[in-house]
Amino acid sequence: MKFMDEYRDAASVRALAARIRGITTRPWTIMEVCGGQTHAIVRFGIDELLPKEITLVHGPGCPVCVTPAEIIDEAIDIASRPGVIFCSFGDMVRVPGTKENLFSVKAKGGDVRVVYSPLDALRLAASNPDREVVFFAVGFETTAPANAMAVYQASRRGIENFSLLVSHVLVPPAIEAILSSPGNRVQGFLAAGHVCTVMGYEEYRPIADKYKVPIVVTGFEPLDILQGIFMCVTQLEQGRSQVENAYTRAVQSGGNAKAQELIREVFCVGPRKWRGIGKIPRSGLRLRGAYEKFDAERRFGVAGGPSEETSECISGSILQGVKKPHECPAFATRCTPDRPLGATMVSSEGACAAYYRYRRFSNKEI
Amino acid sequence: MCLAIPGRITEIRDHDPVTRSGTVDFGGVFKEVNLSFVPDAQPGDYVIVHAGFALNTIDEAEAGKILEYLDEIDELGGLEEPGS
Amino acid sequence: MADERDENEEFVLSCPIPVTEYPRIVLGHGGGGTLSHALIEKMFVRSFDNPFLDARHDGAVFEIGARKVAFTTDSYVVRPIFFPGGDIGTLAVNGTVNDLAMCGARPLFMSAGLILEEGLPMETLWRIVRSMKRAAETAGVEIVTGDTKVVDKGKGDQIFINTSGVGIVEGHHAISPKRVRPGDVVLLNGDIGRHGMAVMAQREGLEFETEIQSDCAPLADIVLGLLAAGIEVHCLRDLTRGGLASAVVEIAGTAGVEIDLDESTLPVSGPVRAACEFLGLDPIYVANEGRFIAIVPDKDAAPALDLLRSHPLGADARVIGKVSQGRAGLVTLRTTIGTRAIIDMLSGEQLPRIC
Repeated sequence: MKFMDEYRDAASVRALAARIRGITTRPWTIMEVCGGQTHAIVRFGIDELLPKEITLVHGPGCPVCVTPAEIIDEAIDIASRPGVIFCSFGDMVRVPGTKENLFSVKAKGGDVRVVYSPLDALRLAASNPDREVVFFAVGFETTAPANAMAVYQASRRGIENFSLLVSHVLVPPAIEAILSSPGNRVQGFLAAGHVCTVMGYEEYRPIADKYKVPIVVTGFEPLDILQGIFMCVTQLEQGRSQVENAYTRAVQSGGNAKAQELIREVFCVGPRKWRGIGKIPRSGLRLRGAYEKFDAERRFGVAGGPSEETSECISGSILQGVKKPHECPAFATRCTPDRPLGATMVSSEGACAAYYRYRRFSNKEI
Repeated sequence: MCLAIPGRITEIRDHDPVTRSGTVDFGGVFKEVNLSFVPDAQPGDYVIVHAGFALNTIDEAEAGKILEYLDEIDELGGLEEPGS
Repeated sequence: MADERDENEEFVLSCPIPVTEYPRIVLGHGGGGTLSHALIEKMFVRSFDNPFLDARHDGAVFEIGARKVAFTTDSYVVRPIFFPGGDIGTLAVNGTVNDLAMCGARPLFMSAGLILEEGLPMETLWRIVRSMKRAAETAGVEIVTGDTKVVDKGKGDQIFINTSGVGIVEGHHAISPKRVRPGDVVLLNGDIGRHGMAVMAQREGLEFETEIQSDCAPLADIVLGLLAAGIEVHCLRDLTRGGLASAVVEIAGTAGVEIDLDESTLPVSGPVRAACEFLGLDPIYVANEGRFIAIVPDKDAAPALDLLRSHPLGADARVIGKVSQGRAGLVTLRTTIGTRAIIDMLSGEQLPRIC
């Protein structure tokens, strides 16, 4: 596949990994923000290629991990109502709320469907006028244009039986929350490449300046991730703290203006609660103005109730890079991928799930 | 939150700015993709597709640059550690 | 009376499935991953409790007089019922034929139990029945007994089929994971991921246009060819739901060995790969219906490969991995970039992702 296979070339990977080893003189802790990057790192065994001085921390880049339990409870509430077709990306259907997950609603007769795009949900609404179709709009800025377009088209076409349950989160406030937290060990960031495809990367400059951390926009193939790490370590070794772009084939500094325009038309910024981290001001999107009527929370009258998270689950500290999964007392005992206590174990890119695989068999010190 | 993959536009059917869409070939798999965020993209162009939407056209020149740079370091042999 | 009550009480008190986690069956219980296995192990194997089930094989092999008979059953619930490369009828015949083949048996006779939903068009049923006939002819089996039930509209999703099959095991060698040894080699007969992606291409909400065809095919002929030639086959497994990865993890676990696979040897067609990439799926977990692995001693690898490649269903046969002493139950994948990733069983079915 063009523009993918070239970035999985074994010889280039080895050569770039060797370069990283060649320039690393001190321990560095780097966080990759996107779940997709974590997935690639785990699937391709990329940390095997890095010198032991480099520690990769898996950040809160997975909406699966950061969607609050209350929102999942709301999703379950809505999906359980007769006549509702609840559509979601596959990632979300196994994430536990306070008690159960969306899949268990299916087991009780709810109509929960996995779709590829919010437009698939809109299509379902158009062809099922007697049903209420709800789309679970979770994600970072990458998915916001798609969700915005679904709502915009619904509005334009007068499709009334469609709504979004919104839990959009924004990356820069999350990075700031991590950097400003007292236990923070993260010294450099690999910014989420496709988030920046949409938003550009100008908004990271003030963060890099304020906290003196290098931020490198990074892609998702093995070479992209190594290139991002290489550029980040280079900066760290040289004492620089700038925003750089390692994913130039897909990202420009201004991002996609048309996509941003539509996001601004349909959404506005507001506070958002991140599972395990808490409320971060101005860190989420919600539907605004004329589009508020497409908000499923309003339509179905589900207010975000207070949630009692399992006190055992420390995914918050893990997402912030403050603790490692094996430091959690429940890790691999009471909390496993089959019986997850929190989202970082449910998601196959969650830090805990990723660690679980390695821990079972590895003699390496984690 | 970012699964987006490159594909080649094979044809554009709907030219309305909001519903602009066409077929993208991912290598033997063809999907209808919304192209309203890439108004200048044309058949033959490669785009990055996420959740049914093209988010950007691939800058083939930039893609080429990084591959050349990687070829160079291949040739230089990197800085291989013994036993690696 | 007292006995009846006791039996019920016993069940409620000691149902081994953790009811607090899963008070109801979820789709994952049929996905071929850890949930399925837990259900089978804890509820069925433990309840029915006999050495045949203990063998953890696709079919049961037992003696009747002087003959070794293999017996298996399978149910077919695929949606959509017609897909590129086959339909529920072809699957129903080939699936059971293949389970028998994996026991080293020559499939001979099958039963077919149909559960039909009221309102199913007769034409649809006729198409499926003709598919079953064609598949049975190709596989060399006869459908000798059957049953038909009709359920109320809304209670049966068009059609479900159960097939059971018997065959004769001709060789003397047992074929089971417990025969797998360090030093053995893992052979695969062809490209993976076709069935699962052919079916997914038609699923509402995920559909895409492609020429991917299911690989649904009967494997008895190609397998019996290996056995007849005297290849020392230690283990056979057809790769159905859960894909190549689940089969290998299961075998490594039962056999108590480590199995290391090489990603660069895994044949995946271009379109299957593209479909997996855009939905965020890994081909090693995708269902197949005409693919199997054979685990043989190293000395038999070359002749086995030659035999496989001379058969139409093995033209692209490869060595894809080897068995080693290592950590019992560990399965690793040498990635295309030269690193080693650990392969685990998934808990349920693999779902498309956005992340």
